[in-house]
Amino acid sequence: MAKKPEYGLLIDYEYCTGCFACQVACCQENGWPAGMGGIQVLEIVQNLPNDKAYLTFMPFPTELCILCRPRTKKGLEPACVKHCMANTMKYGRLEDLAKEMGKKPKMVLWSPR
Amino acid sequence: MSNENVQIVRTTTWSAGPGCHGGCGVLAYIKDGELIKLEGDPDHPWNQGRLCARALAMTQYIRHPNRLTRPLKRVGKRGEGKWKEISWDEAFDLIEKKMKTIRKEYGPESVIFSMGTGRDIGPWICMLAYAFGSPNVMFSLSGSACYGPRISACNTFQGNYCVFDAGQWFPDRYENPKFKVPECMIVWGYNIAATCPDNLFGHWIIDLMKRGTKIISVDPRLTWFSSRAKHWLQLRPGTDAALAMGMLNVLINEDLYDHEFLEKWTNAPHLMREDTGKLLRESHLREEGSENKFVVWDDTGRRLAIWDGSQVSYNLPDVNPALSGRREVTLADGNTVSCHTVWDAFREEVNNYPLDKVEEITWVPAKDIQKAARFYAKSKPASIQWGVSIDMTPAVTPLCHAISSLWALTGNLDVPGGNVITRFAYDAVAYALPGADGVIRLRNKEQDACRVGVKEYGPYRTFHWRAQTDLTLEQIFTGKPYPIKGMWIQTAGILNGIGLDPKRWREALKKLDFIAAVDLFMTPTTQYADVVLPAATFLEKDGVRSWWVPLQSINKALKVEECRPDVEINFELAKRFDPDFKYETIHDLFDDIIKPSGMTYKELQEKVWSIPPEEHPTVPYFRHEKGQLRPDGKPGFKTPTGKFELYSTYREDWGLDPLPHHEEPPLTPVSRPDLAEKYPLILSTGRRSPAYFHSEHRMIPWLRQLDPDPVVEIHPETASEHGIGNGEWVWVENWMGKCRLKAKVSPIVPRWMVMAAHGWWFPEKSGKEPSLYGVWESNINQLLPMGHQGKDGQGAPLKHSLCKIYKVGAKEES
Ligand code: SF4
Ligand code: SF4
Ligand code: SF4
Repeated sequence: MAKKPEYGLLIDYEYCTGCFACQVACCQENGWPAGMGGIQVLEIVQNLPNDKAYLTFMPFPTELCILCRPRTKKGLEPACVKHCMANTMKYGRLEDLAKEMGKKPKMVLWSPR
Repeated sequence: MSNENVQIVRTTTWSAGPGCHGGCGVLAYIKDGELIKLEGDPDHPWNQGRLCARALAMTQYIRHPNRLTRPLKRVGKRGEGKWKEISWDEAFDLIEKKMKTIRKEYGPESVIFSMGTGRDIGPWICMLAYAFGSPNVMFSLSGSACYGPRISACNTFQGNYCVFDAGQWFPDRYENPKFKVPECMIVWGYNIAATCPDNLFGHWIIDLMKRGTKIISVDPRLTWFSSRAKHWLQLRPGTDAALAMGMLNVLINEDLYDHEFLEKWTNAPHLMREDTGKLLRESHLREEGSENKFVVWDDTGRRLAIWDGSQVSYNLPDVNPALSGRREVTLADGNTVSCHTVWDAFREEVNNYPLDKVEEITWVPAKDIQKAARFYAKSKPASIQWGVSIDMTPAVTPLCHAISSLWALTGNLDVPGGNVITRFAYDAVAYALPGADGVIRLRNKEQDACRVGVKEYGPYRTFHWRAQTDLTLEQIFTGKPYPIKGMWIQTAGILNGIGLDPKRWREALKKLDFIAAVDLFMTPTTQYADVVLPAATFLEKDGVRSWWVPLQSINKALKVEECRPDVEINFELAKRFDPDFKYETIHDLFDDIIKPSGMTYKELQEKVWSIPPEEHPTVPYFRHEKGQLRPDGKPGFKTPTGKFELYSTYREDWGLDPLPHHEEPPLTPVSRPDLAEKYPLILSTGRRSPAYFHSEHRMIPWLRQLDPDPVVEIHPETASEHGIGNGEWVWVENWMGKCRLKAKVSPIVPRWMVMAAHGWWFPEKSGKEPSLYGVWESNINQLLPMGHQGKDGQGAPLKHSLCKIYKVGAKEES
């Protein structure tokens, strides 16, 4: 059985602006070439009733996210979390983050691979 | 990363590099002279540890294999792409010789000093131009349609610029007890994701939203803000002024305005003559009277009283000026004229915009305008963040007048959480920006008389210290009133970014005897130069950032090959051109610029940033009340009347309409139904990309992956009508030309408009003509004309032209 995940990222996607800072921060921190990286920002345009639509951005941790182990071991925040222009991300223990998740709507909790 | 031998340099971002207007505090990790990482400085009040994609990609920028690292001399024909490396000495000698020859034969004004957007170039290009003796520093966009017009307009009506308040004048920011979170913010023609414009940090707005600020979004596109707005006003591009007038209409007719501000701080009571439609002045009442004194009716004394704008006082005690009403006034020549007040005229103008009419012009439902206007007016405090779209229309000044009347009449000017007057921290002003006279200036006023645009345009004469771009382009062809023979181009993408009608600019460049360009990479524009000098990034230089707040130093962290900072390049040449050049060293110059702060440059470098103490006149709030806005220390505004001018005395002097109003732009379906028949879609351009700063960064892999192709956004229904699928290449075409863009099919744009990305060229393609890095394939500016600047020389129609679209390879529609 796979090791149970312990840590994760809590993301308040209501405020993610699609600035891509997290994506490039991960490339810089972990040395990924263009086209790879631990996080990818997705644009979601949802049609709504009455000819309306809603624009959401969602930072999605990929196969390559290692939750910045070398940084978190030293007590530093992951590079994407630190640089997020909208302060949307939080790193921590999944159980703590899960509790926090209930505090406001439009949150997502990721436990990367 | 192992920390061995890693040195951390604290510095400030500015161009070049992220390309922005700067301000982030960063930590540069340097090992063996190389940048290994750039991080946001958590202790910096500006960005508080955050950093954008462009700054985080600096390691790929600094050591990019295609960076210019040595001066180059052209050895083939212009555009042929043949270059030879030369030494800096040879380059300087060559430039000195060529430019001095032009100066001798045609005069210093025959050389234009051309820059891109206002980054760490402005002061130094002014320094060089002024040392050479030319007043012709040109911001290379048609109508200077970026920031300058807004600053200039604010100087016209309220004496100073203003920005939304995010507590940026306090080191403790949002926590400062004086600061208030705005209840409402109108985000007008501004998109968050990408940019930190106007010397602000864009994501401060997110900080405010998290603290409770509700958004009104004014934008034709479904932006991030539009999605989250309490009210979204989806207007037809170019009709912003009609919308603002409609909002003023609600504000005034529903009595939602701040009476005290109106009475005390505006020129509402000043009398206007009904025979001329102009202000009544003291000189009209008596022969010896002044042109610069204005007249009110004193309700208490039942008499006329004179308002002296220079003394900000009446000639009589206890004047109670009437805001409204018709009076008969006897003039010096014995004739009588009827007069009414500025407030009467202002309301009459506003009443020309009932909401049903505004709906017809703007395509925004009247009830939405009403709701939004009420919400803005009732929120205390409330602020407005306007984007560059405001500048990108010819009637920019009347539009700014309408919007600034909104913040003034709601009592939101220079109040906590409102629109605060913004001044350079400590009044340390480097150079001549609109409305400011810096340390770097022309030797004498006479040299300024021949600046292009001074004769034609009031703002250029009064406080917009640039050569007017559209007239300059014409003058290159006509040689009148004097020939233009040379150009110094400093990080300005005339052919690939900032220039409209770039093929015409290419012809213009071909006509010049000599062009020197300074840049970090070869671009389509530098291919037309005679000499190209390699510039440094912000990490490779010492610098000063003096623009609003804080006052900051840029601290050199490393050196790359033979690249030199813009300031160093220009300093060296300035010394060669001006035997009396004032400074020995660059640090002398920096010391001089920041002198008002009481610090030396060395001291500032240690601090990296400095915010003036709370009582300093460059720090908000209520400075019109405290007498901190005018040079004479009297309460009031720095305008000819000392008031916020609902009716503009400057505009009256310049022969332009002194009241806010809407003018239909020149190339819309309304103004040109004939063109719209053939080109039925509104062509809007210039939406921001989070990956790029205008035409920069296309060669940076981490950034290019985010936004790989030149995109045109098309509504799904419009796309399907044209048989266009998402991701397909399409031609966007109008009477000026066509270009090839990739369809992004999405309801984020309305059915009747397409949005084309700007600044596209392909550094990976051949740099020689005819390819010229593919700039003729996808540069949308080929569809936008020069020469449509506003009546005051400012503003240009970049957001509203017309086009048709069709799939590449499909049988072309006629
Ligand atoms: S946590 Fe680290 S590895 Fe994972 S996406 Fe963020 S920066 Fe990349
Ligand atoms: S940095 Fe933050 S706001 Fe920007 S795209 Fe990533 S998650 Fe979204
Ligand atoms: S664009 Fe904004 S976030 Fe990026 S470096 Fe400039 S000021 Fe900082």
